[in-house]
Amino acid sequence: MLAYFDHASTTPLCPEARAAMDPWLSGSFGNPSGSHGVARAARQAIDEARDKVADFLGTSPGDVVFTSGGTEAANLAVLGRAGAAPGPVVVSAIEHHAVLHAAQAAERLFASAVRVIGVGNDGVVDLKALAAALDRTVSIVSVQLVNNEVGTVQPLSDVARLVRRRAPGAVLHTDAVQAPPWLDVAQLAAGADMVSISAHKFGGPQGVGALAFRRPVALEPMIYGGPQERERRAGTHNVAGVIGMAAALEAASQQRVVACERARRLGDKLKRGLLASIPGAHETAPGQEKLPGHCHLVIDGIESEALLVLLDGYGVAASAGSACASGAMEPSHVLVAMGYSAEVALGALRLTLGHTTSEADVALALRAVPAAVSRLGGSVIPAMAATG
Amino acid sequence: MSGGVDSSVAAALMLREGHEVVGATMKLWGGPSDSGCCSVADVEDARRVCQQLGIAHHVFNFTADFERDVVAPYVEAHARARTPNPCIACNAHLKFGRFLQRAPLLDFDAIVTGHHARVTRSGTTWQLRRGRDVAKDQSYVLYMLGQAELARVLLPIGELTKEQVRRLASDLDLRTAGKPDSQDVCFISKTGGRASFVGKRIPLREGRLVSSSGDDLGTVDALELVTVGQRRGLGLHAVSLPDRRYVVDVDLPRRTATVGTLEDLLVGTLQIDDMVWSYLPLLPDSAVRAQLSAHGRPLRGRWLGGPEPDGGTVVLEEPTRRVAPGQAVVLYGPGSGDGARDDEGGDVELGGDVELGGDVVLGGDVVLGGGTAA
Repeated sequence: MLAYFDHASTTPLCPEARAAMDPWLSGSFGNPSGSHGVARAARQAIDEARDKVADFLGTSPGDVVFTSGGTEAANLAVLGRAGAAPGPVVVSAIEHHAVLHAAQAAERLFASAVRVIGVGNDGVVDLKALAAALDRTVSIVSVQLVNNEVGTVQPLSDVARLVRRRAPGAVLHTDAVQAPPWLDVAQLAAGADMVSISAHKFGGPQGVGALAFRRPVALEPMIYGGPQERERRAGTHNVAGVIGMAAALEAASQQRVVACERARRLGDKLKRGLLASIPGAHETAPGQEKLPGHCHLVIDGIESEALLVLLDGYGVAASAGSACASGAMEPSHVLVAMGYSAEVALGALRLTLGHTTSEADVALALRAVPAAVSRLGGSVIPAMAATG
Repeated sequence: MSGGVDSSVAAALMLREGHEVVGATMKLWGGPSDSGCCSVADVEDARRVCQQLGIAHHVFNFTADFERDVVAPYVEAHARARTPNPCIACNAHLKFGRFLQRAPLLDFDAIVTGHHARVTRSGTTWQLRRGRDVAKDQSYVLYMLGQAELARVLLPIGELTKEQVRRLASDLDLRTAGKPDSQDVCFISKTGGRASFVGKRIPLREGRLVSSSGDDLGTVDALELVTVGQRRGLGLHAVSLPDRRYVVDVDLPRRTATVGTLEDLLVGTLQIDDMVWSYLPLLPDSAVRAQLSAHGRPLRGRWLGGPEPDGGTVVLEEPTRRVAPGQAVVLYGPGSGDGARDDEGGDVELGGDVELGGDVVLGGDVVLGGGTAA
């Protein structure tokens, strides 16, 4: 049996997305940019998908740019803005590398100054530090809606207020990749000018995402070619992908309340069980507002690299920090920014739940994680490890 | 699995024997590299071979350990005018240290590497032996393996010649079949070399070259990088000398390197520190064959022992060129299964020479122990 606890990394395609994509993988095929009937059908499907995505993100269809995923969307927002409007780039220290590395590229390519805002041990961006970093010269501010590793929801409306007051010339981008299917992105990101999402995080296919604008922002494109996406992103559309993303977003939106309630219940059970059975386990950013079903721990004296191999052997798919190009585990920059030592950061364990997670999955994880920790020399409480 | 042909074939052989096998690659060096292991391309090769063999593949990040146990001591040794062998430190601390320690935690009974050497058993004792392909033999860099390690290490490649390994890889259609052997230190780039790497971490300063009688022979750029036995790169061609000159001693505090003739370089004894014994420490006055470099010719001599069990002296039958301090000296002899060790020391009494792949290895092929030249 396989218990999949890596939904924050990618989650299976939902039936709604699959059904919507199916005709476009096995019959319909047009290039939406053409002028004949075959093309028009594809164009219509893309336009309808655009309506749904715009609705979910609280903007109008003309303000949605389809991309190859969340990373491209975030790159387009950060690099595209830096290329079009000089001035400092302000990012939080716990942004995804799609934003952090794009900011570093802006420094190289456009000589943008990069200001990195720290976070507290609570995994939340330091608003005082942000306020101090903002001024009238700032070009773009990028703060994620939810952290992908520890799951903390960021105070985006406070961030937006600060940006408006102190950096009126700046645009605010939020990487909302981790937010759907759990949060109401339109409402939480209301203060942002640009929002990035990625389909495969909420039941859509991999390789498709979107950057939505909530007010007009001049951008330098990152990909040059045809006039697609109002000349903001060239290249023939991933038609099936875009349609799958829209269907998944619609389904996720309809099922959100129920899905959240269920993930929260199962996730809390998992977290409580693990904390009770493993004395060396500590929840990161305890008490903070987090995604439901997002369980992130650090375990004293345990190396997650070895822990993940054992869990894999027990049929539990989990994750830790980020991996480098070779696939080796690196200390998480998020945990290091939160003040953990590199050594402790190498003992992280992230278990993330999704729409396919069952009670049986949780029960397996509650047996497997303590068993693996014990095998690696960590102490566990047998009574608790045996139940669950 | 380094992503090379030997470890690829080792994995395939273990699978063929019916073992449950999982591939693992150690990420050791985090910095730039243009040679050796640890590049993303090499890890990819290891992963693709595992996919082909149908086994899981993991990457273990041991960069912090590698920095602490291999790179930092390597640099520090240069600062003491020594010539370290980082591959041996890596074997001791990483491959047969950190990695071997992790294996049982992950429920593995043994680790397998692609080294050209063999592990055999005689009664209750494990022996490390030379690989069948004497030209490729790597037992020298594995001298640190004691009984506890040898009991949990499998070296299937040691039974094969390099040619057989490549043929097997090719028969199995492994993508690494034609990959060239890596020979260089993985963290030293070909372009910058040792000087650039060490120079970024410690100051490299000029030193004076002097003759044995104290005559000034000129200067050398980075005395920290000068090695005993070195002949080239000393700039001595400008000075008119009757014959070839070698570095016979480096004195960092006085910032001099003494240069002498080949005769000045020759020594009749070897002083060895940090001895690691494969099994029991050798009794004083035992006949041995001492090997002073990875593919050097074993030299006849007698182990005299020393005041401490982890150090001692070897008296050689014929003088040899001085070994740079910090380099490994590995002692070989016949295994207990090859006949009793004899104090008389002749090859016949030693149990006879051992024939491996057509080559004759003087006086046995079993690693008795090794250490570093003082």
